Amino acid sequence: MSEQVKQPLLRYLRQEILPTTFCQGCGGGTVLNCFTRAVDQLEFDVANMVTVTGIGCSSWITSPYFKSDTLHTTHGRAIAFASGVKVARPDLEVVVIAGDGDLAGIGGNHLIHAARRNIGLKVFLVNNTIYGMTGGQVAPTTPTGTRTATTPYGNQEPPMRITEMVTAAGASFSARWTTHHVFQLIKAMKKAMSHEGFAFVEIMSQCPTSYGKFTRERMAPVTLKRFKESAVRIKKAGGMSPEELEGKLVVGTFTDEQRPEFARSLEELAQARMAEEA
Amino acid sequence: MSTHTASEWTEARKKLLARYAGTSQFMQGDVAVALGAVYAGCDFFGAYPITPASEIAETMANLLPPVGGKFVQFEDELASISAIIGAAWAGSRSMTATSGPGFSLMQENIGYAVMTETPTVIVDVQRSGPSTGQATLPAQGDFYQARWGTHGDHEAIALSPWSAQESFDLAIEAFNLAERFRQPVLLMTDGETGHSRERVAFPDPADVEVVAREFAPDASQAFGGSTVPKMVRFGEGTSVHVTGSTHVADGLRQATQPPVHDELIRRVTGKIAGARDELTRLDTLLDGGEEVVVIAHGISARPAYGAVKALREAGHPVGLIRIIGLWPFPGPRLAELCAGAKAVVVPEMNLGQMNREIERFVDCPVIGLNKIGGHVFHQSEIAECAMEQIGRSA
Repeated sequence: MSEQVKQPLLRYLRQEILPTTFCQGCGGGTVLNCFTRAVDQLEFDVANMVTVTGIGCSSWITSPYFKSDTLHTTHGRAIAFASGVKVARPDLEVVVIAGDGDLAGIGGNHLIHAARRNIGLKVFLVNNTIYGMTGGQVAPTTPTGTRTATTPYGNQEPPMRITEMVTAAGASFSARWTTHHVFQLIKAMKKAMSHEGFAFVEIMSQCPTSYGKFTRERMAPVTLKRFKESAVRIKKAGGMSPEELEGKLVVGTFTDEQRPEFARSLEELAQARMAEEA
Repeated sequence: MSTHTASEWTEARKKLLARYAGTSQFMQGDVAVALGAVYAGCDFFGAYPITPASEIAETMANLLPPVGGKFVQFEDELASISAIIGAAWAGSRSMTATSGPGFSLMQENIGYAVMTETPTVIVDVQRSGPSTGQATLPAQGDFYQARWGTHGDHEAIALSPWSAQESFDLAIEAFNLAERFRQPVLLMTDGETGHSRERVAFPDPADVEVVAREFAPDASQAFGGSTVPKMVRFGEGTSVHVTGSTHVADGLRQATQPPVHDELIRRVTGKIAGARDELTRLDTLLDGGEEVVVIAHGISARPAYGAVKALREAGHPVGLIRIIGLWPFPGPRLAELCAGAKAVVVPEMNLGQMNREIERFVDCPVIGLNKIGGHVFHQSEIAECAMEQIGRSA
C-alpha cells in the first residue's frame, strides 16, 4: 500500500480545522490556494505576517484557515483594524482578505482612504457579486438586472467598479483577476506582496450556492467559463469602445507605481522627532 | 525586527516628561487627558475630530511623535476604534477620544474589544444629545450608553473625572485598568471638564505606577484558562487567532456550542463584575447619620461639593458621595453609606440616569435633580433641593 503524499503547502494552514466550510465549487478555496502559493514562492516568514479579515465567507479564507497571526474583525472594518496594526508595526506584512460586501460595501470608506494614504496593506478583495453568507442578497457589485433574494424583480442599480475606484483613490498598485486566471492571480498576489505601498487585487470569484441560486450559475464551471470568455486585458480594453466593452471583464494590472508608504513615513517622522527631543 | 519596542521609546518619553515633572500648569481638561496618556505610555492614538474632544487629538498629534508614538487622524470614528484595537494586538498602548456622536459610532467595536479582551482606552468627552444636540455644550447623557451601548452581555469599566487634575490622574488609571483586566476602559469626561482651564500638578514619572502588559509564550491559553489570561502580540510567531466570534481558549472560533459561549461570556463579564469592590472609587463628605446624601459624579459633583460643604458648615445634616468609578456601579457601597439616610439627591446633567441605578441599591427615596440645556448646576440649585428633603423628612 502506498502512503498518502502530503501536500507540502498544508504547513501554511491550520490543519486541525480542515476541511474548510466552503460550499462545493466556492472560489474561496482557489483564493486560499493561490495566496498560499504566493506566500510560499516569495519565501515569506509567516511569523511576520498578520492576515486581517472582516465578516462574510471570503473572510474565512485566512481566518481561521491560514496559519499566521489572524485578526478576524467586525463587518467592514478589516482595513481599519489592519491600519492600526501596520502603523504600530510597519515591519509586519499586513494582508487583508475579505469580500466585496465587506471591503467595498459597508467598509468602502476605509478602502478609499487606505488607498489615498498609500498605507502598505496588501488587500485581496474577493468579489463574488453577492452577499453569500447571508443567503444571496444583492450587493453593490451585483450586475444590473440580476435577480437576488432582495431584488426579486431584478437589480435596479449599476454595479460598483471597485478596482477602477481604488485606482482613482490613489492606490499605488491595483489589479483585477479572476478565479479562472489562477497563474496570473498568483503573480499579481506576489507583486502586491512585494510592493511597498498600498496594493490591491480584486479577485472575481464564483458563488454557486447563493449567486447561483437566482442565476444560471449553479455550477462553478459556468461562472469560470464566463470569466474566461469575458476577460479582456487592460491594454486591449484601452482601445475598445464602451459598446465593445459591454459585458466584458477588464483584467490585468491597472496601476503600479512607487510612492512613500504611510506607516514608514510615520515611523521616520517619529524617529526624527525623537532624535530632536534627545 | 520591530523598531517599536518599549525600551526604545522610554528614553525619549522620559526626556519629554521631564519638562512636566514637578511643575504645575494651567491647562484644559482635554489636554490633561492627553498628558495622562503620555505618562501612561500611550504610543498609538487614532481619532476623528469632534467637539469638545478635539483638543485631546491635537495634543496627542503634538506629543506622540517626540516619544516615538504614532498619531493618525482617521476617516471616521469607526476606523479610529478599529485601529486602536488592531494596534493593541500589535503591542501598542492605544487610545482614542471622541464625543457623543462618535461614541455612538464606536459602540460595535467596543463590544469587539470586550469580546477579544483587548486593553485600550476610549475617552468620551460628553456633550448634549441626542444626535448633534448642543455640540459645544456639556452633558452627562452617556452614563448608560457607557454601560449598555454595545449589544449583548458584557460589563464595562468607566471612570468619571471632575477636574483637569483628575482627568490627568484617571487617564493613567484607565490605561492601568485596561491592562489589569484586558478590557477597553472608558474615560467619561464632559465638555465642561474638557474645555475648562485649571491647574494640573504633574508628578515625577518615576512616582507614577504604570501596569505593564504581560505576555504569554504561546497562544494556547490567550483566551481562557484563567480569569484574566495573558495576551500574546502579533509578529511573535504564535499564530494567534483573534475573533469577535465566540471562541475557545486558543482563540479559534466555536460559535455553535452553548457551553463554549456560556463559559466565555461568564468569564469575560465575571472578571469585571467580580472585581466591583476593587473597582469602587468614591470620594465622600460624610460622618454617618446624615439625613440627606447628595450623590453626584463628574462635573455635577463640583457644585454639589460646594453646596454640601456650605450646608454642613451651617450645621445641616447633609452629606456627599462623589462617584469616580461609574462602572461597575458601586451600588453595594452606596447602600452601606446611605443606610441611615432619609433621602438621596442625585444631580446630573441628563433627564435621569444615575438615579435609576442608585434606586436599585438604596432603601430611601431617590430624588433626581435633572438639568439639561448645557449649563452646569449652580450650588444653590443643589442646596435648595437638599434642604427641601430635610424639610420633608423633619
